[in-house]
Amino acid sequence: MSQFLTWIATLPPLAQIPLVLAAFGVVVALLIFFLEIAPRSGRKFTIARLAVCIVAPGLIFLALGSIWPAAIAAVILGGLFFILDYRSRQGAGYLFQLFGFLAPAIVLLAIGLVYPTIQTMVQAFMNSRGNRFVGLDNFAWVFTQETGIRTVLNTIVWVLIVPTLSTIFGLAYAVFIDKSRGEKFFKILVFMPMAISFVGASIIWRFVYTARPADQDQIGLLNQIVVWLGGQPVDFLAVSPWNTLFLIVVLIWVQTGFAMVVLSAAIKGVPAEQMEAAQLDGTNAWQRFINVTVPGIRSSLVVVLTTISIASLKVFDIVRTMTAGANDTSVIANEMYTQFKGFEFGRSSALAVVLFLLVLPIVIYNARQISKQRTIR
Amino acid sequence: MSTTIPAQLPVDKTTERQLARGERAIERSLTKGTKNRLTSRGATIAALVIAILWTTPTLGLFVTSFRLPEEISRNGWWTIFANPGFTFSNYTEVLASGNSQLTLGGAFLNSIAITLPATLFPLVIASLAAYAFAWIDFKGRNWLFIGVFALQIVPLQMALVPLLSLFSRGLKIGSLTLFDGMDAGGYSQVWIAHTIFALPLAIFLLHNFVSEIPGELIEAARVDGAGHGQIFFRIVLPLTMPAIASFAIFQFLWVWNDLLVALVFADGDVAPMTKLLAEISGSRGQDWNLLTAGAFISILVPLIVFFSLQRFFVRGLLAGSTKG
Amino acid sequence: MSSTLHRRWIAPVALMAVTGILLAGCSSEGGSSSGPGDYGKADGVVTIYGTIADTEAELLEKSWADWEKANNIDIKYESSKEFEAQISVRAQGGKAPDLAIFPQPGLLADLATRDYIQPAPDGVKANVEKYWSKDWAGYATSNDTLYGAPLMASVKGYIWYSPKNFAKWGVEVPKTWDELMAVTKTIQEKTGKAPWCAGFGSDAASGWPGTDWVEDLVLRQSGADTYDKWISNEVKFSDPKIKKALDTVGEILLNPDYVNAGLGDVKSINSTPFGDVARVVGDGSCAMTHQASFFDGFITDPKNGNATVGPDKDVWAFLTPPIDAGAGQAVTGGGEIVGAFANDADTVKVQEYLSSPEWANSRVKLGGVISANNGLDPASASSPILQDAIKILTDPDTTFRFDASDLMPGVVGSDSFFKGMVNWINGSSSSDVLSTIDKSWPSD
Repeated sequence: MSQFLTWIATLPPLAQIPLVLAAFGVVVALLIFFLEIAPRSGRKFTIARLAVCIVAPGLIFLALGSIWPAAIAAVILGGLFFILDYRSRQGAGYLFQLFGFLAPAIVLLAIGLVYPTIQTMVQAFMNSRGNRFVGLDNFAWVFTQETGIRTVLNTIVWVLIVPTLSTIFGLAYAVFIDKSRGEKFFKILVFMPMAISFVGASIIWRFVYTARPADQDQIGLLNQIVVWLGGQPVDFLAVSPWNTLFLIVVLIWVQTGFAMVVLSAAIKGVPAEQMEAAQLDGTNAWQRFINVTVPGIRSSLVVVLTTISIASLKVFDIVRTMTAGANDTSVIANEMYTQFKGFEFGRSSALAVVLFLLVLPIVIYNARQISKQRTIR
Repeated sequence: MSTTIPAQLPVDKTTERQLARGERAIERSLTKGTKNRLTSRGATIAALVIAILWTTPTLGLFVTSFRLPEEISRNGWWTIFANPGFTFSNYTEVLASGNSQLTLGGAFLNSIAITLPATLFPLVIASLAAYAFAWIDFKGRNWLFIGVFALQIVPLQMALVPLLSLFSRGLKIGSLTLFDGMDAGGYSQVWIAHTIFALPLAIFLLHNFVSEIPGELIEAARVDGAGHGQIFFRIVLPLTMPAIASFAIFQFLWVWNDLLVALVFADGDVAPMTKLLAEISGSRGQDWNLLTAGAFISILVPLIVFFSLQRFFVRGLLAGSTKG
Repeated sequence: MSSTLHRRWIAPVALMAVTGILLAGCSSEGGSSSGPGDYGKADGVVTIYGTIADTEAELLEKSWADWEKANNIDIKYESSKEFEAQISVRAQGGKAPDLAIFPQPGLLADLATRDYIQPAPDGVKANVEKYWSKDWAGYATSNDTLYGAPLMASVKGYIWYSPKNFAKWGVEVPKTWDELMAVTKTIQEKTGKAPWCAGFGSDAASGWPGTDWVEDLVLRQSGADTYDKWISNEVKFSDPKIKKALDTVGEILLNPDYVNAGLGDVKSINSTPFGDVARVVGDGSCAMTHQASFFDGFITDPKNGNATVGPDKDVWAFLTPPIDAGAGQAVTGGGEIVGAFANDADTVKVQEYLSSPEWANSRVKLGGVISANNGLDPASASSPILQDAIKILTDPDTTFRFDASDLMPGVVGSDSFFKGMVNWINGSSSSDVLSTIDKSWPSD
């Protein structure tokens, strides 16, 4: 594999795409083929399963440039797995299938995300060099200094305001433009911010917020408006605590597009009959919206709120590029990055753990939703 | 649960039918060409206000990118007519920029070469997993799924070092080497990194679409003797294709605009455009004229993708229910 | 068949266990104990990573182009604005470059104490002994081991002014701090406008120009000894000496009558990008600003300051004066240190070359920068201010100290100190700002 990738890397960029995709396609096709024939009974299929259980792990290990003993161990494990699968109560091939569908994702997640998560959890209780257990010291540091508390509070403000307002604006816009002439065009206008990188977004907002002295021409639009209205230019990003709100506006601006697109689709799924029936009952537009539309798109609302909440908890780029956390605008993700940069892995990990804790209510809520649905089905 | 659950989450059969009807009603009204006007005058105005508020900042960027550098820092972009000065030089200068290893054109190709596979890999892997979570019964399924969902919160910054270490040093138990480092260079590392980081959200969203497929369809196929492989390929994939395509656009946007992963995994001559644009302003960071033009160039491709796939996109989020 | 339930679990559990073991093995790699070890191959390619970007990077590559050809080594230079974060990610991830150009000695020391940096090879050691002062060698030393050689240098604490305007207002270049304050007052009275301008804006590093101010005052008011102790945290930020320095700076920067010439009020200091200050200095609306020798490039840039620099030109500079005229000249300055992650023959060769006077002359001739290398020919310098700076750096009577914030741990020197300065301009009290910085000091 290493050789294959090295060889591919020597090709021109555009030639690499089809080759890699083709290779990936072949692997996936093979996988699906074996998943299909796995549960069939008969000697032929049993042998095929056995062959795959033994050959696949060995090949994968060798392709990744592993040593022989490891590959042999993998082959033995593969064999054990075959026996396990063969005697499974759900019938031979059941475990094989389950494994085939889930393994690629689970293995990648374990390597790329689960392992760092565990490491972070451990580091949060260690000193900066990771060689001494310090108990809750790092957490104490977060919560005993003014900036630390400020950072946590700011993050909570972000996660309360951004999902709510983005969803409200997105929903309102989706309702207003629903079935209107030029709906697609209207959608693109609000969706555009999503297509802009955070670096681009921060430049855009500089041309909105920047303040110049009163006796000079303004280059920030908002300050120009203030001046036109007879006010004094304000440095919007410096005045605490309002500056956090001005940063939040940027994320709302970005996320509204996401909310709008998803909710607009959901609104179109609300049965027309219900609307008509409500209309016949003599309800007004607002009552119809509250009594028919909102219940109809409830689960989409949950998904949108969840996704945007997680995005706002993790917000980093906007703060980093616009204020770097000065003037009491820092958020947890930004502070975490700063500490990480400064080799303070203990403190950085402690902040990450605080972030995990903040997301717990969202996870629990979604978990309950999911199990509710399962019981419905 | 309330009566109707349209797009994201599993729905019962009645809802399913209602949804299909709703969609048909819309299609009917579309085919008749009787588009309604905005619901009311107030709504029209509100929609226009939102549209203007959301577009103005971007318009400012667009106008600024055509202004002379000295004008940009002297007066506002809205005074372009009072202070005329229109130039393409910001664009030509950005397009000519680059470092000793890469031109902007090369970085553009890199961006494409990174983004396409990094969009498709996670989609395929995630839809396989989403299928298992939705249609294969196994113990601990809910918990595993919630675990995957919760992984969305892991800050990427924390995950970069272990992954990089795996790529460069391989895996070792004590002095025993299990894997060699994957010193392949090229795009492989950035592909794999993006694939991994996209999985939690991709599985979460796709699961909701995949589980919406009516159970009787799957049952019918099973009775006909189809295995999971066939069901996945013949039923699930086609039915959720719009959903997959719509998530593909989101993933495309995120990978295209990513800087953090590229900084670590895409070096030297495989660096994408975001990385090069982040450097062009030099150590001073004051060349706003170049930054605006650069930002606009990098917006172009995502916008084209969005424009061309918008129809697909909107339909995609209605997935499953409409065709069931 | 009684244990089906268990059996269903065995496969995933076994998988998890294997993965866990593999990952545990991986993690045992993390804690290193026996030095950086051998790293890198002598394959004719040496990678260098640094912060120097854009035109400066082109000049850097030009400076070694001939040597590359002669020695058949390909030097690949890569720059990043996120250097500080990236270098630590890469070092830990095992994908470090062969060489890195560190703008902060503190960062080099951080990595060195974690055994990522190779001790300087003998050739570099010899060059450093021969061509650099003890002070400079000290900045590349951690725990008595030399880890690299300095590269370029800059002198901080210049005050840029217009000689013509000074003559017009009848003021002289001040010799002491009190004279400087008197000059400030005179100009303010004569023009009715603020004499000083400043800009702290610099994206994620906003606030650093303020730290230069404070460092200059600490060094001049309390001496080199206190300055060194301040860096090692023996003197805290909340110490009266540091507070005095900050308050002295505040007499200028927080005084609405004295700032911010041509740019607005006191708070506009934060929102003004430091480079934009060159514009008001160039057009004469700002009488004085405090900035390092590199500011020369900003002032002469036709897109920015659009002015000439020289003793009898539009703009010239004097060093921030001492408190007491009798005391010798003390200056702060900055520079880069080249540290090596690899120790193959090619890397060593490049490292030696970069520490040699040949390279210093080759680079300085291309303009814009200087080096503290004693083997440097002052005539190589491209502009009067750089020649002046070389004179100061090589003058044995000058007390030279490296920029304190660059020597402090990263979380302080390139974060909380910066932020503190921004908050201070924004109205936080000196003591609040200083105690907040103290709290951010690393745990151990």
